Amino acid sequence: MIDGFLALYIFVLAAFTGKEIIGRVPVILHTPLMSGSNFVHGIVLVGAMIALAHAESPLAIAIGFIGVVLGAGNAAGGYVVTERMLEMFKSSKDDKK
Amino acid sequence: MDLHTLLEYAAKASYLLAAVLFILGIKRMSSPVTARRGIVQAGLGMVIATLATFAITRGHNLGLIVAGLALGVVPTWLWGRKVAMTDMPQMVALFNGMGGGSAAAIGAGELLKFTQAGEVAPPLATLVLAVVGALIGAISMTGSVIAWAKLDGRMDKRFVFAGQKLVNFAVFAAAVLAGLALVFWKLDASLVVVFFLLALAFGVLMTLPIGGADMPVVISLYNALTGLAVAFEGYAMGIEALIVAGMVVGAAGTFLTQLMAKAMNRPLSNVLFSNFGAGGAAQEIAGAQKPIDAADAASLLYLAEKVIIVPGYGMAVAQAQHKIWELSQALIKAGKDVKFAIHPVAGRMPGHMNVLLAEAGVPYDLIADMDDINPEFKTCDVAIVIGANDVVNPAAKTDKSSPIYGMPILDVVDARQVIVIKRGKGTGFAGIENALFYQDNTRMLYADGKEAANSLIAELKAIEGGGGH
Repeated sequence: MIDGFLALYIFVLAAFTGKEIIGRVPVILHTPLMSGSNFVHGIVLVGAMIALAHAESPLAIAIGFIGVVLGAGNAAGGYVVTERMLEMFKSSKDDKK
Repeated sequence: MDLHTLLEYAAKASYLLAAVLFILGIKRMSSPVTARRGIVQAGLGMVIATLATFAITRGHNLGLIVAGLALGVVPTWLWGRKVAMTDMPQMVALFNGMGGGSAAAIGAGELLKFTQAGEVAPPLATLVLAVVGALIGAISMTGSVIAWAKLDGRMDKRFVFAGQKLVNFAVFAAAVLAGLALVFWKLDASLVVVFFLLALAFGVLMTLPIGGADMPVVISLYNALTGLAVAFEGYAMGIEALIVAGMVVGAAGTFLTQLMAKAMNRPLSNVLFSNFGAGGAAQEIAGAQKPIDAADAASLLYLAEKVIIVPGYGMAVAQAQHKIWELSQALIKAGKDVKFAIHPVAGRMPGHMNVLLAEAGVPYDLIADMDDINPEFKTCDVAIVIGANDVVNPAAKTDKSSPIYGMPILDVVDARQVIVIKRGKGTGFAGIENALFYQDNTRMLYADGKEAANSLIAELKAIEGGGGH
């Protein structure tokens, strides 16, 4: 278990990090970026996998299984659509190569 | 040190690595040059974290975990590969809803575990964050699904009934009360069920009255909420990677939501609690729309030196972006200065239009943001508006009674000549008349976007061919 105050530090520092890294993003990348951050919270999959691994009762197994399916969908779908959007960004200089 | 402890350490180290890769990845995604590498890097982090998790789960329910992974990954991967670029916003909404649902499921599992006899009561902070994370995750899940259904055209744009705000508030209050009861009164399984039903219902109710035009802001908000839910459940389960990644997304998402709301001149509270266009009726517009045919429009373009193209969502719906790029290439070849002007909320999400143009092959350095391009309209000979409406409506600046008053717009009005390509005389997304269309220097080219671009290309060729003889 993580100590309460230590966790609070992690929360606060991560929040600042999140705000900082997105602060200088040009508008043209807002949609891919929203999609990319949507992919990153697909890490919830890890939590769901651990929850399912620890599940004993049928109900807990069912809930854990749903969690894994949804989390995996978030991660996989989020990655695919973000990558597809970003692979299209080209500069006119690239064309001339 | 035994093998299991060793594996656990290795997994924790992998989680740290994944968290670093996520942050670097998002950072790289903030520039068009490195963006592609950014998502690949974040993806690598995800694969590492997932593989490391197998090390700690020690094979418990291994078959189920693998089956769940396959069931989640395969259909979404295939669907995400082939979905059209215009449909990206609703896909993001849907995948976000899945993440919220997953966080809610973790919360449900944790809470039900605590209700079991013989379990020691969890520390207060753990219980509170598990409850709050579950509440937010559940709201984000059903809310995102409604947002997806609306954007995908599976549902009426708005659903309003008398006393709606009161009902929504009551449901939300009841959900919070149930959550408080779980924390301070009794961890009871049936109470957990009631709590979740209320939270899920609130997500639906909260999203129903919000109009399609506001959906981008709402999706961004739900994205941030899912991040928070993941961070809180991460604390409840003691997984640092979830806390860091969830919190980074929560903060970045909140910031992005504010940016979008600002770009639309719609404070978040307005988006969530008030009805768009409920204010006074907009002013009547005097005059008539003046039509033009493709041949005349092409000669205007032929004589122009500087052309600014203002694309809107209508262009994407007509799948005209490829043809418009073809037209632009023809103009560039004829020595004209061509630029694309993008309103921050063009398309369905900020930046969505850039994606659609990028898909058609338009290089991003020809695409200008609103603030950069607005002063240039004064020196522009012809502005072509295709499929955009509310974002070029001067009423946003001049008419205080207009529902869109105060929204920043593209100053197309300042261009010497404006050509509007439009299917018919209908109003835009906000359902209001556009004064630009009635201006003296505006000509309406009534056609489907793709056909219009096609005939413009053909007419332009004819003029050039004629001049060469």
